[in-house]
Amino acid sequence: MNHWIIAPVVLPALLAPIIAFVMRHDISLARVASAAGTVALAAIALGLAVLAADGGVQVYNLGNWPAPFGIVLVLDRLSAMMVLLTAVLALLVLWHAIATGWDNRGRHFHALFQFQLMGICGAFLTGDAFNLFVFFEVLLIASYGLMIHSGGKVRLQAGLQYVVMNLAGSTLFLFALGTLYATTGTLNIGDLAVKVQAMDPGETALIRVAAILLLVVFAIKAALFPVHFWLPATYANAPAPVAALFAIMTKVGAYAILRIHTTVFGPGTGATEGLVSTWLYPAAIVTIALGAFGVLGARRLSSLLAFSVVGSMGTLMVAVAAFTPEATTAALYYLVHSTFAAAALFLVADLVLTRRGSDFLRAEAPTVQNGLFAALFFGGAIAMAGMPPLSGFLGKLLVMDTLRDPDTIALTWTAILAGSLLTIVGFARAGSVLFWKSTAQTDTPAPDTAEAVTEVAGPQPVGVAEAAPSIMALAILGGLAVFAGPMTRYAEGAAAELFDASAYIEAVLAEPEIPPLDEPSADGDTDAAHDAGEEH
Amino acid sequence: MILDLAEWRMSIDSSFLPIISLLPFLGALVPGLMIRAGRTACATFTALPTFLALVMLLILAPGVMRGEVYTAEIAWLPQLGLSASFFLDGLGLLFAVMILGVGLLITLYARFYLSKDDPMGQFYTYLLLFQGAMLGIVLSDNILLLLVFWELTSLSSFLLIGYWKHLPEGRQGARMALAVTGAGGLAMIGGMLILGNIVGSYNLTDILAAGDQIKASDWYVPALILILLGAFTKSAQFPFHFWLPHAMAAPTPVSAYLHSATMVKAGVFLMARMWPALAGTEIWFYLVATVGLITMVLGAVIALFKDDLKALLAFSTVSHLGLLTMLLGFGTKAAAIAAVFHIINHLTFKAALFMTAGIVDHEAHTRDIKRLGGLARLMPVTATIGTVAALSMAGIPLFNGFISKEMMLEEASHTYWFQNPWIVPALATLGALFSVAYSLRFIFHVFGGPVRDDYPHHPHDPPFGMYAAPALLAVLVVVIGIAPFLAEPVVKMAANAVTGAETKPYLKIWHGINPALFMSVGAILGGAVLLALHRPLDRAWIAAPRPEAKVIFDGLVATVVRWTRGISEALHNGAISRYLAYFVTATVIVGFAAYQGGALGAPTREMLPVPIPVFFGWLLLIIATATVVILHRQRFLALVVIGVVGLMVSAGFVYLSAPDLALTQISVETVTIMLLLLALHFLPKETPAESTGLRIGSDAVVAVAAGLAVGLLAFAFMMRDFDSISAYHLANSYKGGGGTNVVNVILVDFRGYDTYGEIIVLGIAGLAIFALMEALLSGPAGARLRNSSYDLDRSRDRHPLMMVVVTRLMLPIAIMVGVYIFLRGHNQPGGGFVAGLVVSIALLMQYMASGFAWTTRRQKIKYHTLIGLGVLVAGLTGAGAWLAGRPFLTSAFGYVHLEPIEEFELATAALFDLGVFLCVLGAVMLMLYSLSRMARHAGETVNKEPMGYDPSRAVESLRKKAE
Repeated sequence: MNHWIIAPVVLPALLAPIIAFVMRHDISLARVASAAGTVALAAIALGLAVLAADGGVQVYNLGNWPAPFGIVLVLDRLSAMMVLLTAVLALLVLWHAIATGWDNRGRHFHALFQFQLMGICGAFLTGDAFNLFVFFEVLLIASYGLMIHSGGKVRLQAGLQYVVMNLAGSTLFLFALGTLYATTGTLNIGDLAVKVQAMDPGETALIRVAAILLLVVFAIKAALFPVHFWLPATYANAPAPVAALFAIMTKVGAYAILRIHTTVFGPGTGATEGLVSTWLYPAAIVTIALGAFGVLGARRLSSLLAFSVVGSMGTLMVAVAAFTPEATTAALYYLVHSTFAAAALFLVADLVLTRRGSDFLRAEAPTVQNGLFAALFFGGAIAMAGMPPLSGFLGKLLVMDTLRDPDTIALTWTAILAGSLLTIVGFARAGSVLFWKSTAQTDTPAPDTAEAVTEVAGPQPVGVAEAAPSIMALAILGGLAVFAGPMTRYAEGAAAELFDASAYIEAVLAEPEIPPLDEPSADGDTDAAHDAGEEH
Repeated sequence: MILDLAEWRMSIDSSFLPIISLLPFLGALVPGLMIRAGRTACATFTALPTFLALVMLLILAPGVMRGEVYTAEIAWLPQLGLSASFFLDGLGLLFAVMILGVGLLITLYARFYLSKDDPMGQFYTYLLLFQGAMLGIVLSDNILLLLVFWELTSLSSFLLIGYWKHLPEGRQGARMALAVTGAGGLAMIGGMLILGNIVGSYNLTDILAAGDQIKASDWYVPALILILLGAFTKSAQFPFHFWLPHAMAAPTPVSAYLHSATMVKAGVFLMARMWPALAGTEIWFYLVATVGLITMVLGAVIALFKDDLKALLAFSTVSHLGLLTMLLGFGTKAAAIAAVFHIINHLTFKAALFMTAGIVDHEAHTRDIKRLGGLARLMPVTATIGTVAALSMAGIPLFNGFISKEMMLEEASHTYWFQNPWIVPALATLGALFSVAYSLRFIFHVFGGPVRDDYPHHPHDPPFGMYAAPALLAVLVVVIGIAPFLAEPVVKMAANAVTGAETKPYLKIWHGINPALFMSVGAILGGAVLLALHRPLDRAWIAAPRPEAKVIFDGLVATVVRWTRGISEALHNGAISRYLAYFVTATVIVGFAAYQGGALGAPTREMLPVPIPVFFGWLLLIIATATVVILHRQRFLALVVIGVVGLMVSAGFVYLSAPDLALTQISVETVTIMLLLLALHFLPKETPAESTGLRIGSDAVVAVAAGLAVGLLAFAFMMRDFDSISAYHLANSYKGGGGTNVVNVILVDFRGYDTYGEIIVLGIAGLAIFALMEALLSGPAGARLRNSSYDLDRSRDRHPLMMVVVTRLMLPIAIMVGVYIFLRGHNQPGGGFVAGLVVSIALLMQYMASGFAWTTRRQKIKYHTLIGLGVLVAGLTGAGAWLAGRPFLTSAFGYVHLEPIEEFELATAALFDLGVFLCVLGAVMLMLYSLSRMARHAGETVNKEPMGYDPSRAVESLRKKAE
């Protein structure tokens, strides 16, 4: 049994309380610890991804209890990939937060950040439906803490919506889990798969309800219409590094759908055949449309970015909704891409907005380093809009290429392409106002404003340290495009594992390798048991 | 051996291809840096990669002329069928040489054209990016790779057109070009994906070989239309032609490059490239030839009435692109030859004309034809170049434009359009006629006429560097015009590639007396007449109502933005109640639909009898819930009633024999209500009425439906038996977990990991509340809090004697109870969670009785530390199992016999439970701490004494008095 599997959960979980309670008075100390922890997490995640790439599903029996009675962690290509994605993203975000001083604008940033990582990694690694709920709670409460980091009226309002909507989702999650348990008597994902497959065809109504309720729960996280409404305001008002980190939060929902609705309710499951796609597909299409509308209609840069995230989730979920290995491969590639694209944009926007008068898309005097920001924004925008040479274009091609069902091809492709067009136009308008039109403002500066500029110290130019995470995020997007082949091969492996659940089930339900601890002295034990028996 | 050498030679040559297409992109990194070494150095280093690429191409050229096709493939994304594969045949070579050759000329020209204020490094970077993208299009052997480069040209041309970013025309022109060509590019993605699917390969060589299969496919028409959308938008074909003139806001070198040799020719290139695969069908003819014809005539007509030199040239470009498109649309070999030849000719004269226009603008500071004239005397060199090029554009004999125009007219003269023999030739002649007219206008109204004295700037010929490029092109115009056979091998090479068959182009000036000659003569004469009549015609044109493309486009965009914004903002209106209503409604609908789609057998359980007390408990629960709904605006009252609900739930647990749950529920309920009461102190006591009656009604429907649905769902599964894993838990609780209270063993052992997560949730909640309070109090809310008055509802006796005494007495007892509950947890109802709550209730009472400050001073361990310790203890307990080589959270237990006490059990699970206990206690107390900080901010006095009125002090003071 490989103990490294649980390290992505335990490491931040042990680090966070130390940061919160021992280092809380010294930000430098907290920064060092948090950064070191995140680097270590990334290293571990990389190791796990390599391990998983060798094939084979690895199981970690918590408490040494055999599945399905105890909780298991499962490492396969998909979960390893998601953990690695989280860790790399976390590194960039943490760097940005430290370099820009965001982490010091409120309390407990680093502790909450580590707890957040713990929650996300835990959700990706778990092989148990109820434990997934627990980690949803961990990441929800930690993300709420991060979301309202450094406060402010608008942010608190948005934060309230975020937490209320997600708590409503958690409640529904419990209903769904209750229904699931009441129909199958188990919560282990592998075991659920077995039980649902063996379901009596005359008793499918309740399990179908459970499946669809779970879909709604995950759709809230994945920001799908009509339960995506929390996202735009949340992302637009969250502190920038947090919004960047949240790029992975929507993916948790996507991941959960991929995991549960393929392994347990996947294709070939009599009880729920076709149920999930029926609802997921149109929801995803509408989500693409609403995302694109939001991008084009946005009045503020941050809400434009937030809506672009909504749109990208729609594209991702259209691919997921097909529930084929090919489409899932495409979805996984797109998932990684859209995570970094969203993060890059939010990080760049933060650099711009902290040097700009307002968030509104209107011409204002250009900030320092207008050219640099324009270039970075351009990079992020073409990634998000799915233009070459960054990975968005390949992601879009992959998704479209795999969605060729003759009944839906016209709608799917039209939605994706038209959505891209509106997004391109929206980003072009925004960038043109922010970085081009603004240069016209200084060409004829009124004399008094010129004085004002010299009087008031202008915004500080960004240094290498501040710009580095944004640039690295863009570089990763470029790397994803260049190494699309190996990346897709990995995703293919992950999708194959997902759709052939037998290996997963077999690994999960196997007897733990390690025998239980030696029973404390056979005689005494039986005596004690005997005594206890008598007492009761 | 010789053969081997040839093969080796071939492979070396092939490896040039990726290098050639990569060179401009690599080179693009250079100008931004080299500008620091000066403008000439910058231009030189821009020319360098272009030149290198050109040299490599020319090394390959002889082979291509011989008919060889070079290919190179690098795997990229095999899953998709995308590979970085390149191939070079005649068509590719022709275009690549044009792109690189004109690129060199433009680099030279721009060096002199750009002013000192323009960031030249940026310009050359964009230029090289664009050049690389164009080169990629013409060299791609994979249509997906072609798409990549196609989109890159849209993006890089966006940057080039918007280069003068301070000018609104530049920005708008750039956005328009991006929107139109981008949209076309997106359509083309669809077309290419379909095409690849038909053929089963995305490799161009495969596709070109599978023309019959493609044309026979059901998907041929959609693929064709989508691909043509891409080509038409790029090549500015009607009705997408409007972006091109607005792209003229770019600096002239950009216009000269984009609109002569490159960007707009990409669409033509694509149609030529796809010719063997797509052309030759009726729909191809009617779509492509018709659109081309319309574009040709329309562009030529508009060009005549444009006063801006660049606008004239822009519409002339539109017209000539239409001509090329039409020729390709004819689908015959001869037409393809004519098209290839005209591509070359158009490049030479149009690039020269754009550069001439740029020189005129540069020197005279205006491009308005009505303000020009007589320049021939002031700038003779420029005038000569311009005249030569314009005569070629007009199609005057002895200039190269004449020959290809003759060939076009010849093809048009025998083309039937819906059985109509004269419409195509007539319109083609009309187009040629207008073409002559605007070309002559360019000559006579700019260079001809008397010298004026009102130029914005006195013009004279520019330095040699600036006119060198157009002069070279003008020489080409004349050379090809006089000796067309020189171009024959090139045309043959490219035409072979286009048609995929052997062609025999025969280029000559005199074709004999044929219809084309008459049409040509007619066009020249008619054009001259038109120019003579220009003044009245122009007045009529200006007076006539014309649809203005930019206004329409802007209006369209504005409308779309308005609509999208309307939809977006109406839906995302920020009302959480709406969002929840959507969520609940959607959930009920999909849940019901899922239920309907399945089957449900008869219940397997009997209904249990309902005892009278249970019935009343149930009734009370319902009434209490309804009361909360009705009274929810009076917050205190609602909170009290919520307490009733909680208690009834606890009672339910007791009734259903779940003592652990009942204990937990009661203590959670108590703590929650207490904290909420404290919090309510700072909030308005009433919730304002915000919903209208109608809304309340609809919300009620949603709520009742959802409630019923959940109730029915629960009822459905409670009426059915099921096997579960709990049998295992019951069987193994004692044997494997060392405890007889299965619930506790589940919590700390079987599913200790869940508990670990949940205490962390609690800990985070404590932290988050603390951080939130900190942010609140340091912000404007804190100031508001300080200024608000809470005196009115304050008790006179804040720390009553009786309460202080009782809670003090209770404290040790309560803590004992807590310890007891903790210790018995493993075998009896209880455990760390409940114990933590019980102890925190005991402490909470102290705070309520004696005030926060007094109590805190007596506290030794910080709450932060408690939470931290709790999480750490639990985590380290779990990790301790690693030392024994067991998985995280594996528990161990043993039985210890110590005299004089009885044998007892020691379990690591208890240590884990201790972590739970500490975390719960710390979290609750940290929440309390946060609330009390708020109280102090609100002006609460800090009490130093344990109680408001301390009788012992009174006694003390009496005694003192007495003394």
